[in-house]
Amino acid sequence: MTEAYIYDAVRTPRGKGKKDGKLHEITPIQLATQVLQAVRDRTGIDTADVDDVVLGCVSPVGEQGSDIARVAVLNADYAETTAGVQINRFCASGLEATNMAAAKVMTGEAMFAIGGGVESMSRVPMGSDGAAWAMDPAVAYKTYFAPQGIGADLIATKYGFSRNDVDAYAMESQARAARAWAEGRFKKSIVPVKDVIGEVVLAHDEHMRPGTDMQSLGSLAPAFQAIGEAMPGFDAIALMRYPEVEKINHVHHGGNSSGIVDGASAILIGNKEMGEKYGLKPRARIRAMASIGSEPMIMLTGPEFVAQKVLQRAGMTKDDIDLFELNEAFASVVLRYMQALNIPHDRINVNGGAIAMGHPLGATGAMILGTVLDELERTGKGTAMVNLCVGAGMGTGTIIERV
Amino acid sequence: MTTAIHTELDADGILLLTIDVPGQSMNVITPEVQADLAAAIERLKTDDAVKGAVLTSGKASGFMAGADLKGMGALFGSGAALPEGKSKMAALFDGVFSLNRLLRDLETCGKPVAAAVNGLALGGGLEFVLACHYRVIADNPKITLGLPEIMVGLFPGAGGTQRLPRLMGIQPALMYLLQGKNMSPQEALGFGVAQAVVPADQIIETAKAWVKANPNGGVQPWDSKNFKMPGGPATALNPNFAQTFVGGTAMTHVNAGDNMNAPRAILSAVYEGAQVPMDLAIRIESKYFAKVVADPQAGNMIRSLFVSKQAAEKGARRPKDVAPAPTKKVAMLGAGLMGAGIAMVSAQAGIEVVLLDTSIEAAEKGKAYTADRLAKKKTPADKAQAILDRIKPTTDYADLAGCDLVIEAVFETREIKAGVTKQTEAVLGPDVIFGSNTSTLPITGLAEAWSKPENFIGIHFFSPVERMPLVEIIVGKKTGPAAIAKALDYVAQIRKTPIVVNDSRGFYTSRCFGTYVQEGLALLGEGTVPALIENVGKQMGMPVGPLAVNDEVGLDLSYKVAQQTKKDLGDAYKGGPGETVIEKMNELSRFGRKNAKGFYVYPEGGKKYLWPELVQTVAGGLAEDQPSAAEVKERLLYRQLVECARCFAEGVLETPQDGDLGAIFGWGFAPFTGGPFSHMDTVGIANVVATLDRLAQRHGERFAPPQLLRDMAARGDSFYAMAAKQAA
Repeated sequence: MTEAYIYDAVRTPRGKGKKDGKLHEITPIQLATQVLQAVRDRTGIDTADVDDVVLGCVSPVGEQGSDIARVAVLNADYAETTAGVQINRFCASGLEATNMAAAKVMTGEAMFAIGGGVESMSRVPMGSDGAAWAMDPAVAYKTYFAPQGIGADLIATKYGFSRNDVDAYAMESQARAARAWAEGRFKKSIVPVKDVIGEVVLAHDEHMRPGTDMQSLGSLAPAFQAIGEAMPGFDAIALMRYPEVEKINHVHHGGNSSGIVDGASAILIGNKEMGEKYGLKPRARIRAMASIGSEPMIMLTGPEFVAQKVLQRAGMTKDDIDLFELNEAFASVVLRYMQALNIPHDRINVNGGAIAMGHPLGATGAMILGTVLDELERTGKGTAMVNLCVGAGMGTGTIIERV
Repeated sequence: MTTAIHTELDADGILLLTIDVPGQSMNVITPEVQADLAAAIERLKTDDAVKGAVLTSGKASGFMAGADLKGMGALFGSGAALPEGKSKMAALFDGVFSLNRLLRDLETCGKPVAAAVNGLALGGGLEFVLACHYRVIADNPKITLGLPEIMVGLFPGAGGTQRLPRLMGIQPALMYLLQGKNMSPQEALGFGVAQAVVPADQIIETAKAWVKANPNGGVQPWDSKNFKMPGGPATALNPNFAQTFVGGTAMTHVNAGDNMNAPRAILSAVYEGAQVPMDLAIRIESKYFAKVVADPQAGNMIRSLFVSKQAAEKGARRPKDVAPAPTKKVAMLGAGLMGAGIAMVSAQAGIEVVLLDTSIEAAEKGKAYTADRLAKKKTPADKAQAILDRIKPTTDYADLAGCDLVIEAVFETREIKAGVTKQTEAVLGPDVIFGSNTSTLPITGLAEAWSKPENFIGIHFFSPVERMPLVEIIVGKKTGPAAIAKALDYVAQIRKTPIVVNDSRGFYTSRCFGTYVQEGLALLGEGTVPALIENVGKQMGMPVGPLAVNDEVGLDLSYKVAQQTKKDLGDAYKGGPGETVIEKMNELSRFGRKNAKGFYVYPEGGKKYLWPELVQTVAGGLAEDQPSAAEVKERLLYRQLVECARCFAEGVLETPQDGDLGAIFGWGFAPFTGGPFSHMDTVGIANVVATLDRLAQRHGERFAPPQLLRDMAARGDSFYAMAAKQAA
């Protein structure tokens, strides 16, 4: 099989996913367009060599609808021979897009392929696309559907993480992100977003709250208690699936869950010949990829299982991994992963994560892959594993290795 | 065939269709009604002289009460041969779709049809009304309109799940469909379910006036191109629609658990049906209806919750040759919680009550219970006073003179009970019927204190008396038919549901319910996660978990009952597997809710939670191998089933109807099963025996099936088949 190499990785800064967010005026097609242009301009490649662009997008309706990847290709003035496809694996869409792009290179389908993602959560709110899963009564009944916050709180309850534990994790995420920005650790990948007159509207992650402490986090009310305990009472549904739990301890809130933000990302993957053609040095090799399904009601324990699977595919153990990057959907998800795989905190999410900087659903996977690659290079380390928890009980993972 | 719908054409060409089903006090949907309606529709379509129609009722009792539940037996697992080339489900669909199709024909006949509703329209009755183009209701707030099918495990299958949402909006319609809630004429008007509410004597002329004025009114809004669903379009991309179903499904799932077929079928019928045109929508509805009907659940629920319940209340178990013996004045011995409650329901039924206790304070306190409850219910002062005036608190046995029924609810020891029994007989003589409300002591023994034991009977109430619907009548060895008749007539007066059982320790309800609690204790004693026991108990359809209910009853009481039973039975006593748990809790003075510590902790002002040290304390820690939820459920369920079967085998129960009613209304046994006997029949007796044998081998003799079940399994028999044979 052909080896697939990462030649470049870019991301936009993440704007607050609200009407007063800096990126609210930027259309999602612009976000996607600007990261594709950045990849082209930074590497100097002829886009005619890019066979396909795979972009993750979780709410592909409205202005994110109708295959935003192909439209972004056209809008970015790529060669019109470059194809584009939008995919949806919920929160792991950006990583899944990268995995697919890598697979295209490995099988010889593509010379260059770009994987990435885009989500303007301020303009196309989460859930805009409907869902048989949540809405069709027969399906919701059958799968014990409950929103993922209930699953996150259930994980905290079942695996013994207190409000204090999740808040402490969140505080550390903020501190690490603040330090990373202060030391310029993200500068290699960041592509400032420009408006229609070419002015920069956002050059840094807007969602961070660097001064966050336990006291400020402690003052936040649990976000999922009302829908869990009162209307419509999702906790009872969770207990039907997990009857060994007496009562769900609602510990998550806006301060220890991933932020709602806007952003886009892109990763250029190609075979060895393409690197030689353009004089590009391969930054890392894609060593293994995997996705899994697990119990959908608790929904967010997939990372543990996909990590095991992807390690096995790579013929590695977790001790062979220098740095771990797990999307901070909710603090309990990361704590459970660390607990299950016995991973020390100083080797995971070392530059913070989505709790501090936000989680632009379709784009995040490729963003954090770029982040961990930058960190491997900065610290001279060799291997990293990236995982995300995924809606409906899935998990996606990728292991990269510097070359 | 007799006429069920009378027709009368007036000078304006308006055909008055008057539903008047012969031989019924209330209109119900019969084959004749359907045939006559079909004929009327044909006339509307083909006769140019007919300009429109008004549908009304010829019964003063109301418009129509829907399907005849007793007559629905044919739908449930009928043994009729299938038409060639049809699957069972397809044939069932054809059967249930015919009425749906007929009402669709009515609303698409091309001419205006108005409903003039003089009284209640429920279930299929309301569905007839909804299929009319204009609906006028008599202005009487007592008129109830609704689709209550869900209460017996069914759902509206004649367009109700499709027309109601299109009239009032999906969200409010789901509320009425899923809760079986009724609406008044004014509410119907507000929701667009009715177009006019007028005095009763003007409904027909109002309906006719509308038909005359609207020659083109024969089109339903949903058949018009410009139709807009109230509350927004029924599409997945409308956030209101999405939210309604996400929230509505979750709430329904929480309330109905995984057990009920009808609520999920209603949700799906509305969700799928609302998104398509009416012709397709009613087919979807009928498909879900067929699925619900094909499952034994609805049939079981209808039989127990409707047919058997009504029969019991109408005196199914009453000795036929005893003259009616209504109670005028009751002697209530003991004014504690039970006595006070019995006094209240008696006085509410118009019966005079002499409420006797050892101190006047206690007797007065018993009366105050009624005053307190009536005030909480906001009973009008004059009405409340009339009820209270019927209760006379006293300490003097002489005041019992003139009572024609005695009910005793004093402390549960044989000595005290015998004492009050004798003192009462001294005043009233032995010819008066004496009922004991004991819940634990065998009636035959207690009857020895009354000179004529044939006049002594058990009348077992449940707490709180004013809320619990069941009364368990216990027939002692010597109890005679006059006592049974008197007790049943009294239960009818206070409008509760009776069952009749024979004497045995714990009778039927306490004995079988106790096994649910004991099995919970056994699981706990084995080191099972307590939350698992409690959650599974609730999820299988019991009102509360076994540990929670034991906390309510009092762990000290459980201990005392066990000690008393041990004393009574001597060597024959077999301790249950949870006994050590109760002993341990009593050693630690953890008595339950009464002292705020039992299996649960009851923080002041807060919610109770399981005592964190419970398993460590009573079982030395959690078992390494935890049972699955399915295993816990099987034990909690089959432990009850086998005890119920034993009661039948021992003659404590004489009919499966008594067994099912007593279980559902006495201890809250999963109502969706139709009761333990319906459930055993549905599972199949051979399967029940196999499961019990497996459980007995693993967990002990308490699960061993009685010989009766083995014999039934060998014959391929069922409880209700035996009952039917006996009745025939």
